[in-house]
Amino acid sequence: MADGILVKELNAWFGDAHILHNIGLAVAPKAVTALIGPSGCGKSTFIRCLNRMHEVVPGARVSGTVRVEGEDVYAPGVDPVQIRRRIGMVFQKPNPFPTMSVFDNVVAGLRLGGMRERAVLHEAAERALRQAALWDEVKDHLSKSGVSLSGGQQQRLCIARALAVEPEVLLMDEPCSALDPIATAKIEELILELRGTLTILIVTHNMQQAGRVSEATGFFLLGELVEFGVTRSLFTNPRDKRTEDYITGRFG
Amino acid sequence: MKASARRCVNVAMSAATALAAGLVVLPLLLVFGFLMYQGVMALNVGFFTQLPKPVGEVGGGMANAIVGTLILVSLAACLGLPLGILGGLYLAESRDRRLPWIARFLADVLNGVPSIVIGIFAYGVAVLPFRRFSALAGGFALAIIMLPIVIRTSEELVRLVPSSMREAALALGIPEWKVLLRIVLPTARAGIITGVMVAVARVAGETAPLLFTAFGNRFWHQGLDQPIAALPLQIFAYAISPYDDWHRQAWAGALVLIGMVFVVSLAARVVTSGRFTGVR
Repeated sequence: MADGILVKELNAWFGDAHILHNIGLAVAPKAVTALIGPSGCGKSTFIRCLNRMHEVVPGARVSGTVRVEGEDVYAPGVDPVQIRRRIGMVFQKPNPFPTMSVFDNVVAGLRLGGMRERAVLHEAAERALRQAALWDEVKDHLSKSGVSLSGGQQQRLCIARALAVEPEVLLMDEPCSALDPIATAKIEELILELRGTLTILIVTHNMQQAGRVSEATGFFLLGELVEFGVTRSLFTNPRDKRTEDYITGRFG
Repeated sequence: MKASARRCVNVAMSAATALAAGLVVLPLLLVFGFLMYQGVMALNVGFFTQLPKPVGEVGGGMANAIVGTLILVSLAACLGLPLGILGGLYLAESRDRRLPWIARFLADVLNGVPSIVIGIFAYGVAVLPFRRFSALAGGFALAIIMLPIVIRTSEELVRLVPSSMREAALALGIPEWKVLLRIVLPTARAGIITGVMVAVARVAGETAPLLFTAFGNRFWHQGLDQPIAALPLQIFAYAISPYDDWHRQAWAGALVLIGMVFVVSLAARVVTSGRFTGVR
C-alpha cells in the first residue's frame, strides 16, 4: 500500500528559465531522503513541485508526473489544497503566524480546515508538539505569541504545525539553515524520531546533516538529478565524477 | 575628517533633524492650543446635552450635531470600510495586471477630487431622485471620500505581509480565500486600523460634501431618510453668523470635533495593541 513518492520526467520553469530537467526518482515510504547540491540547483523547486507549491509563484510551470502514495498529484481535477493537506512543508526560515498564539499556530491547519471541537484540537496540538519535541518547553505558555519563542523553538513550532494535520509526507526545505548548532541538533534528533511514521524529504546544504539523518540521498546540479542512491554509498563510493567533486569539496 | 569635526557635523545634523521634526508638529500644537484658548470657555454641560437655541437666545448646545456626526461617520464607515478593505486586498493580491492598475489609478484620482465635487455627485445620485436631503446621502458622500484612502492603505499593508506567511498557510492545505481572510488580513490588521482611523478622522471633519446632502438640522435626528445635523456644518453656520455667542459655540464645536477624532484614534490604538500584532 505504501508507495512513497514516484517522480517521472519532471520539468519545471519560472517564466522562460528551465529550472528542472527530466527529474525521475522514487522516494521510499516512511524513510528519510536528503537532497543535496549547490545553491540554485533546483532542490527547493523540486520539493515545491511535489506539493504543488511551485505553481503559487506567478509564471511558474510544471510538466511530468508525480505520484504520492499512488495518487497522481498533477492529474486533471485534483485539488492542490487536498494535496497540500497530505504533504506538509517546513520552510527555510521559521514562519509562525505572528497574530496567533503557540496553540493557535499548531492547530491552524485543522481549525481553518473546519475542525471546531476543542477536545480534538487540544489532543492534536499536544500530539504534534510532542512529536516536534516542543511540548515540554511550551506546555505552560500555549497562549503566548508564537513569535515570542526562540528561533529553534519557532522552527519546531512550524514542524508541529505541519504535523498537526497528520500528513503522509513531510517536506523540509533547509529547515536548519537559520538555526544554531544546538537547535539544529534538536531538529535532526526529531527527524530521526519521525522516521518510520511518515515519509520525509529534506533539502540541505549541510552534507554531514544528510549523512546523519537520511537513508537515501539525491545530488542535484544545474537542475538535473546527477545521482540518487543509498546515503552511505553515495558519500563513500559515488558513481558520478560530479558527485565526487562536490562531496569532496572541489566545488560548490 | 578629524574626530572633532565629525562631532560638530553630528551635532549640527541632529539639531537640524530635531528642528524639522519640531516644525512638523508645531502647526498641530498651535491649532490645538488656539482651539483650547477660544473654545474651552463656551464648553459646558449644556453644550453636550442641549439643542441649539433660536436666534437671540443665549446658551444652547450642539448635542444634535455631535450625535449627527457620529451617525454620519458610522454610516460612511459601514459603506466605505468593507468595500475599501476588500478592494485593497484585491489590489494587493490579484495576479491580473491591467484591472488592478486601472483601479489603483482611479483610486488615486478619486483621492484628489475636491470634496465639494463629491458632494455635488452625491446630491445628484442620492438626493435629487428622492427629493430630500438625508443622513444616508451624507453618509454616502463621506464613504466616497473615505474609499480611496482605505483602499490604498489596505493595499500597502497587505503587501507588507511577508509572502512566507501565505506560503506557510497554503502549504498547510488551507484554501486561498481562507488564507487571505484568516491569515493575511489579521496579520495586516493593526496597520489597516491605523489607516482606517486616518480616513475616519478625515471624513469626520468634512463640511463641503455635507452642505447639500446631510444639509444640517436644528433638531434631534429624525431618521436616516431625513436631513441631519453635523458638527462641521454647525461650526460653519455659526462661524459665519453675526452673533458673538454663536462664534464662541463654533470654537467649542471645533474643539469637540478634534477631541472626538483624538479619542477615536487613541481607542483604536489601544484596542489593537492588546493582541499579538503583525505588521504596522
